[in-house]
Amino acid sequence: MKIIVCIKQVPATTKVKINPETNTLIRQGVESMINPYDAYAIEEGVRIRERIGGSVTALTMGPPQAQDALREAVSLGADDALLLSDRAFAGSDTWATSYTLAQGIKKIGDYDLIICGKQAIDGDTAQVGPGIAEFLDIPFVAYIRKIEDIKSDYLRVERLMDYGYEVIETGLPTLITVVKEINEPRLPSLRGKMKAKKVNIPAWDAAALDAAEDKVGLNASPTKVVKIFTPPPRGDGRMLSGSVDAIADELVQCLRSDRVV
Amino acid sequence: MNYFLTEEQQMIQDLARQIATEKIIPARAELDEKEEFPSEIMNILAQSDLFGLYIPEEYGGMGGGCFELCLATEQISRACGGVAVSYAASGLGAYPILLFGTHEQKQKYLPDIATGKKLAAFALTEANAGSDAGGTQTTAVLDGDHYILNGTKQWITNGGEAETYTVIAMTNKAKGSRGASAFIVEKGWEGFEFGKKEKKMGIRCSSTRELVFKNCRVPKENLLGKQGMGFIVAMKTLDRTRPGIGGQAVGIAQGALDEALSYSRQRVQFGKPISSFQAIQHMLADMAIQIEAARSLVYCTARYIDSGAKKISKDSAMCKTFAADMCMKVTTDAVQILGGYGYMREYPVEKMMRDAKITQIYEGTNQIQRNVIALQLIKESASKVK
Ligand SMILES: Cc1cc2nc3c(=O)[nH]c(=O)nc-3n(C[C@H](O)[C@H](O)[C@H](O)COP(=O)(O)OP(=O)(O)OC[C@H]3O[C@@H](n4cnc5c(N)ncnc54)[C@H](O)[C@@H]3O)c2cc1C
Repeated sequence: MKIIVCIKQVPATTKVKINPETNTLIRQGVESMINPYDAYAIEEGVRIRERIGGSVTALTMGPPQAQDALREAVSLGADDALLLSDRAFAGSDTWATSYTLAQGIKKIGDYDLIICGKQAIDGDTAQVGPGIAEFLDIPFVAYIRKIEDIKSDYLRVERLMDYGYEVIETGLPTLITVVKEINEPRLPSLRGKMKAKKVNIPAWDAAALDAAEDKVGLNASPTKVVKIFTPPPRGDGRMLSGSVDAIADELVQCLRSDRVV
Repeated sequence: MNYFLTEEQQMIQDLARQIATEKIIPARAELDEKEEFPSEIMNILAQSDLFGLYIPEEYGGMGGGCFELCLATEQISRACGGVAVSYAASGLGAYPILLFGTHEQKQKYLPDIATGKKLAAFALTEANAGSDAGGTQTTAVLDGDHYILNGTKQWITNGGEAETYTVIAMTNKAKGSRGASAFIVEKGWEGFEFGKKEKKMGIRCSSTRELVFKNCRVPKENLLGKQGMGFIVAMKTLDRTRPGIGGQAVGIAQGALDEALSYSRQRVQFGKPISSFQAIQHMLADMAIQIEAARSLVYCTARYIDSGAKKISKDSAMCKTFAADMCMKVTTDAVQILGGYGYMREYPVEKMMRDAKITQIYEGTNQIQRNVIALQLIKESASKVK
């Protein structure tokens, strides 16, 4: 099983500042770490390999210092790592990022499973995973909380939903994004740390990826951030109980008093 | 202080500290209270490759030595002395095989100990044989191609939890100290059972148990070294593991100083943080001086041993004794700095003080260590006069 895990290096603090002019994050001078959801993706990839064999490649698009995140992925069990880095990639939004990562994955070739975290904690869009699948024209299942079964051409997963979970079957290759319920990431091993120090991490630029100039970086990014704000927290839910008729009556009353209907 | 660690040693220290901080500190109070063996933490240490630090790569280890084991033990002890001894006692059980095992014995037993899949233990002490190992009563009698073991070992760390045991038994009582032999015994063999589990003052999450042998048949090929070498096996092993106890003592003491320091900056009396009182400052300074002195001695000794030095008993005894006495003093002072809060189980320093005490007792009491050191000094002096 050839597994590719896409990871992102994110600022290690929740106190990052936002540049008021561009409405984007100011990343200078902030320590970085692997996006926490991607840590679950790495762990799941390593567990699948431990169960049924194969390899795990960690992949990121980012500046040269994103190597640190890749080395950490190797210390946590990835077999190798690959960096997509080019000045031309700077300012990519989720569309351009998905395109670039998909180009990288195409170049790696003959993959079976791509795993991403459900979203990155800096942008919180949850778009890049599904975006990669679209560019590769392969199926994807988001918000996976459990892999029930995996074989060379078959995957059955549980997808976490607001109201419960769904069991989904698909063929391979497939892309999945994972939620934190899926596992508890291990700490690094000494052998992993030693390997991470030495591992050779190739860096591919736009030319190496055959990436179209008009599809990468800021200019190829249709997203314009107009304004950033914290949404008000969702109110508490309320469970109604009783007979079906009583519940229906109460529900209608609530909807009326809240002026929903 | 910079101890000029290699890149790999630095990684070992970082990794052990990370595990201590993230996994052991949150669990230690409950493990202590329930006297529960830290199986889950042992698994984490295993997965992180820390059980094989001192075992050659040929047998599945990381190819380091006594110093690497000390570094990891110190960091784990900083969080919990009980977890640390459960970890380090596996080394105590494995060293006899490492030092005296045949290639076949090493191949059979060391890889699983190196990965942490199996724990090891070392069994010398008996009810009537503590400091005086010569009083050992457990016997091993050759019968065809087996030795038959009878007797009871007492206070064996990792008893019941370990799979692989190094056991010292008398093969020829008439020969006295030359009549003991060492054997590798596996858990589950007929005639080998576990007795009472002790309730202790400190290191309470570690397992301290009796091993009971009733006509236990041990294959001849599990004799370690030659018949009659049992006490030599034990002494050479302890020479190499005592710096580990030194590391444990340094770690426990460092943990106590860390707590005392941060508490003293927060606790306000007479309108000021107590860290502004000179009496407290001097205690903190003395604690730091003593810890650093002990650490230097432990590290130096471990490196000296790893250099392949032959005459190590005196140095090994010195570093264990000094660090253990230091640890008792420093942890007692930490409780003093925290005052009544320090005496409460809500704060970690009373546990550290309870854990500290054992370092002066096991792997040879500090009195016995001083005997060893003094005898060696006198011998050295006498040989110079000649
Ligand atoms: C928690 C715990 C874990 C242990 N784990 C292990 C283990 O894994 N394997 C193992 O084999 N053993 C283990 N031991 C045993 C330990 O090594 C012994 O307790 C230790 O060697 C001392 O023996 P003793 O307790 O019988 O004390 P004793 O020998 O009875 O000593 C009592 C006192 O007399 C002093 N004393 C004795 N002889 C002399 C002398 N000649 N000169 C001066 N003073 C003397 C001692 O220093 C001590 O203060 C463990 C003990 C404990 C408490």
